[in-house]
Amino acid sequence: MTDMHSNDGPYLSVEDLVVHFPTADGIVKATDGLSFTLGRGKTIGVVGESGSGKSVSSSAILGLHRGSSAQVSGRIVLGGTDLLMLSDEEMRLRRGKEVSMIFQDPLSAMHPYYTVGNQIAEAYLVHNDVSKKAARARTLEMLERVGIPQPDRRIDDYPHQFSGGMRQRAMIAMGLINDPGLIIADEPTTALDVTVQAQILDLLQDLQREFNSAIIIITHDLGVVAEMADDVLVMYAGRAVEYGPTKDVLTHPQMPYTWGLLSSVPDVQGDTNAALIPIPGNPPSLLNPPTGCAFHPRCVHRSKVPADLCTTTLPELLPGSQGPGHTKRCHLADPDELYRTEILPEIMPDLIVED
Amino acid sequence: MVAYIIRRLIAGVVLLVVMSIVTFALFFASPIDPAQFACGKNCSPAMKAQTAASMGYDDNFFAQWGKFAKGVFVGRDFPDDPKLKITAPETIAHCAAPCLGYSKERTSTVTDLIKQTMPVSLSIAVVAFAFWIIGGVLLGVIAALKRGTLIDRGLVGLSLVLYAFPTFFIGLLLLKFVAIQWNWVPVPEYTPIAEGGITGWLSSLLLPAITLAVFFMAGYVRMTRAFVLESLSEDYVRTARAKGLPKRTVTFKHALRAALTPIVTMAGLDFAGLMGGAIITESVFNYPGLGKLAVAANTDFDLPTLVGLVILLASFVIIANIIVDVLYAVIDPRVRLS
Ligand SMILES: Nc1ncnc2c1ncn2[C@@H]1O[C@H](COP(=O)(O)OP(=O)(O)O)[C@@H](O)[C@H]1O
Ligand code: SF4
Ligand SMILES: [Mg+2]
Repeated sequence: MTDMHSNDGPYLSVEDLVVHFPTADGIVKATDGLSFTLGRGKTIGVVGESGSGKSVSSSAILGLHRGSSAQVSGRIVLGGTDLLMLSDEEMRLRRGKEVSMIFQDPLSAMHPYYTVGNQIAEAYLVHNDVSKKAARARTLEMLERVGIPQPDRRIDDYPHQFSGGMRQRAMIAMGLINDPGLIIADEPTTALDVTVQAQILDLLQDLQREFNSAIIIITHDLGVVAEMADDVLVMYAGRAVEYGPTKDVLTHPQMPYTWGLLSSVPDVQGDTNAALIPIPGNPPSLLNPPTGCAFHPRCVHRSKVPADLCTTTLPELLPGSQGPGHTKRCHLADPDELYRTEILPEIMPDLIVED
Repeated sequence: MVAYIIRRLIAGVVLLVVMSIVTFALFFASPIDPAQFACGKNCSPAMKAQTAASMGYDDNFFAQWGKFAKGVFVGRDFPDDPKLKITAPETIAHCAAPCLGYSKERTSTVTDLIKQTMPVSLSIAVVAFAFWIIGGVLLGVIAALKRGTLIDRGLVGLSLVLYAFPTFFIGLLLLKFVAIQWNWVPVPEYTPIAEGGITGWLSSLLLPAITLAVFFMAGYVRMTRAFVLESLSEDYVRTARAKGLPKRTVTFKHALRAALTPIVTMAGLDFAGLMGGAIITESVFNYPGLGKLAVAANTDFDLPTLVGLVILLASFVIIANIIVDVLYAVIDPRVRLS
């Protein structure tokens, strides 16, 4: 691994990231001022309902919006280099080598016409000046490492001949073959059934320990976050609405949207007493997001905020009661009290170990 | 894969049989009495019955079809009359296998008629195919890769305009200006390779092939563009980019490979359709191809020729279907390995 890590500052630092898509109907503000940091070997969970801008934001880190009409601004500093300042070619050489991505649906994310081995080896060959034979050997090694049985036979199979779980393992092998410092896993288990989900998450964690890579795991499932992430960033309508250490956010969530997500977690621990309450309403359009707090049309607590602040003024992302490392974007004056008295009794603390 | 091909072949044979029966039935049910027609104006009922018998029109439907089918494999005689064979063998026309019928109108076996005319149609189709595939697919890919630019809009606009022009109009335009007015090429006249060599043959085909190709090319530009755009937005193309592959690998190895598969299918079927003769193009340039033969046979109610042509044409389409299906299996492992 080439160590481009500068000694000061975190391995990855995203600062005020903006991704806007100009369309015929107006500008889609898919990401609107996103900031977070991530250290080597650490994991951040990005959570939010579908359409909140998670994939768009993480694709920006890989530079996948280059060559499209998307307007991207801010800073994405990885190992001391601002990725947004790089030329297209410099960015390409880092893609799959220093940052790689594991996608949600491995069946559609793999090319149906090429063998699994061909597609994984291709990722290795493009960044390493080695023979095809060496690339194949390395591919076999990776397939073995991610737990594909009989890799020497499966290497020449096509994606459709693999099971869903095996395909995702193969995708992970493809993503990790160049030993990247940063792995972005975009809903890596959403398309899989529950038992396989757990295996894939375990595999990712094992590999992370082995390679000391940083992981951004995108999910709409706080259960996944609870298991994997050191930090969690809750996204709504293209913005962070709550951000802090996972344990802190899960035990002292500071704003109504996070409460809603907590209420809608399926019982991870198998606790059948846990109520499953989906958040009423739909995520807003990013073309015309609501004024003020984007969550206000769905928020049942906005009457507790004086002077229509919720509908008129966008709350800033500020520290709450839990110290400077845990920020939230909400006008509520005393969310802790509200959470303890109104929310907690309703959802049964299946994720919350202590209070 | 082998089992798949065998299945497709069997299905193809069944389809051919059914198709020929249907074709026969259609002509059998036609209000025109071919015997009456062959017998002429001053035809007594007796003469008509004799004509019908000599042409085999007095048999029932399945017997007629059976004779036809048998003729395809072993040939047959017209009229099939053992007595006449001894008394006046010179009045019997032998139609060797594969026999598709005998045209009294043209005093020739249908097979011979097809043998004379098919090279013309095939030549036009092959050269037109080359033009439209190379031109249409290439321009379509360029339009897709330059999406939204002036080049893209120009190509799409031009293809729309060309698509809207009727084929005969384009043919007449080319004939009038390129050949007659400006004299860039001689007025086209079909020249077989045996006579004019490859160059003579090709140059005699230039204008008819362009005429025919323009229409298809316009369609293929837009179709290719749509398929390429669709495949560029596929998840696996994003994966290819995320791996850090250079743009040309992403485009050619990943996006185009998938986009061109449906185009292979369309091209195969369109080509098969053209084998039966490009009726309008052949008429405009007065080329003696299958299309022209069909028009002529239709005009003078030459039923045997029409039946033979329809069955030939339909067979081409069925065979092309089988070839395309097999190609699909070769290209797409999901078909091959399921
Ligand atoms: N290329 C694009 N052009 C316009 N809008 C887009 C584009 N890509 C994504 N979007 C929009 O951005 C929003 C966020 O999408 P996404 O990041 O995929 O959400 P998530 O991953 O959180 O489900 C969606 O509303 C989506 O429609
Ligand atoms: S700012 Fe107001 S509307 Fe937004 S989450 Fe807080 S209370 Fe609800
Ligand atoms: Mg997504």
